[in-house]
Amino acid sequence: MTALQLEKVRKVYRSGDGEIVAVDRASLEVGDAEIVALVGPSGSGKTTLLSISGGLLSPSAGRVVVAGDDISGYDPKRLTKFRRETVGFVFQSVNLVPFLTARENLLVVADFGRRDKKKSAARADQLLDELGLDQRKANLPAQLSGGERQRVAVGRAFMNEPDLVLIDEPTSALDTKLGEQVMELIVTEVRNRDTAAVIVTHDQRMTHHADRILHITDGILSDAPRS
Amino acid sequence: MKVALLELRRRPWRFAPAVIALVLLTVLLLILGGLLDGLYSGFTGALRAQPGELLAYAADARLSVLRSRIDAATAAEVERAPGVAQVGVLGTALLGATVPGQVTEASVALFGYQLAPHGVPAPPSQAGKVYADTSLKAHGVKEGQTLLLGPKRYPVSVVGWVSGTNFLLQGGLWGNVDTWREVLASARPDLMLAAGTYQVLTVSTAAGADPARVAAAIDVATGGTTYTVTRSFAVDALPGIKQQRSTFNAIIDMTFVVAALVVALFFVLLILERTGMYAVFKAIGASSGQLVSQVVLQAIVIAALSFVLGAMLALAVGAVIPPEVPLELTVGRAIEVALGLIVMATLGSGLSLRRVVRIDPATAIS
Repeated sequence: MTALQLEKVRKVYRSGDGEIVAVDRASLEVGDAEIVALVGPSGSGKTTLLSISGGLLSPSAGRVVVAGDDISGYDPKRLTKFRRETVGFVFQSVNLVPFLTARENLLVVADFGRRDKKKSAARADQLLDELGLDQRKANLPAQLSGGERQRVAVGRAFMNEPDLVLIDEPTSALDTKLGEQVMELIVTEVRNRDTAAVIVTHDQRMTHHADRILHITDGILSDAPRS
Repeated sequence: MKVALLELRRRPWRFAPAVIALVLLTVLLLILGGLLDGLYSGFTGALRAQPGELLAYAADARLSVLRSRIDAATAAEVERAPGVAQVGVLGTALLGATVPGQVTEASVALFGYQLAPHGVPAPPSQAGKVYADTSLKAHGVKEGQTLLLGPKRYPVSVVGWVSGTNFLLQGGLWGNVDTWREVLASARPDLMLAAGTYQVLTVSTAAGADPARVAAAIDVATGGTTYTVTRSFAVDALPGIKQQRSTFNAIIDMTFVVAALVVALFFVLLILERTGMYAVFKAIGASSGQLVSQVVLQAIVIAALSFVLGAMLALAVGAVIPPEVPLELTVGRAIEVALGLIVMATLGSGLSLRRVVRIDPATAIS
């Protein structure tokens, strides 16, 4: 099954009397367990495309199908449920809850999803173990290093057993070595769980982890960088 | 796991401004309520304690116990009226009392009674013996003491205590009708009443009788020389009682509104600060309803905590307030304030609903 399918997706923002086309007729298919890197300069539309894929934004036109469900026409309530059950996010600025421990930052996903508490706790512990954070479970984000925080964010993205993980600039705040480590962890988690992933990055050094690299410039998606 | 409760536990200082404001408002609400209750009790206790459902005044007395005069013939007509089960006479005199060892006089309301009011024993058999209201302890009155009443220093000895029986903010003294008549003759010979004449009748109605119908029947039976009302009507007719209650209640209601506004303003500012965090929560699947319920839960916990701290502070304030201030801190008033604060906190925090709904989850990723 295709994890993500975009068909001629377009996103237009109004600006005064004019329009800004953030994404222009983008079509894309991401298979199960496939990792796609989305590369492009700042303002090219990669974050917008990621937001549309994850149900954070609705497209102005086109069709978005995630794990077999066409979410293009979903209302905000259905999109909330969709995000809760089907996708996982790793945000560029990590965005951990500062007063929750590493473990609680994972459990908060289950809390909002009203999932079984015992199963959720076991899953959080397993994810933290896999991410090498078993000794840091009880630490608050302020007590963790940048790499550790990013790993917690990765764990949180996998808490709801998603079909698709959307990752925004995972290495932007890390040095090359830490960035490599985090990318390896992400790839391992994605592969182990047969989950599809779209990774937005402007860091060309990290793209070798992906099965496929797509380029986006001025909202237009292509297999090769546009000259 | 409740994120809201964990935040309260781990970042209590963040909620300190709201807690401080609500603690002060709680103290204000409890003190205002305590003063209202104290004033109400001090003004009306003697009438509210009367055993009969009805009080019969002279028709021309305009519901004033002090002006009212009911003679023996009228009292007999009242007793014969349909629906009347029992009639007792009541007389009062407002006086100054010299307390042994005290420089200042205590203001007292001496009552002569036949039917024992609630919480008051049967009248002492001997003249010159009285039960004193416990509020007079603040004026140095002790059991066994002899108080000297009025300008002629009529002596009465205190043989026991009663409570909640004050009248017009004067400490209640309860003796038999002979004591009252002798004191009145001693202190105000100009107001001396004829034998068999009293001020007010307290009337118990027969089982199942409608008090309003019985009151009307009494006034018909006496040919319109009496004006008979229910006890609660008589209480409300005391001068200034309604105005006092409505003024205090208006201030208390406004204070509750201020509490709601404090909570609303605090959480609006807190939500502005938390926009990023809430956007992330929404991005990972939290609904607006779940986030608002977290805000409301925090508001309720803050209100409950503030009430506990405020109640402790109010008790401390009550302990240092001079005894002549009629402050009465009651459990009923405390429950009312606690529930009111929680309701206002819920309403105040609920005002943040619109702001939470408007947070765009897409901002978590942009």
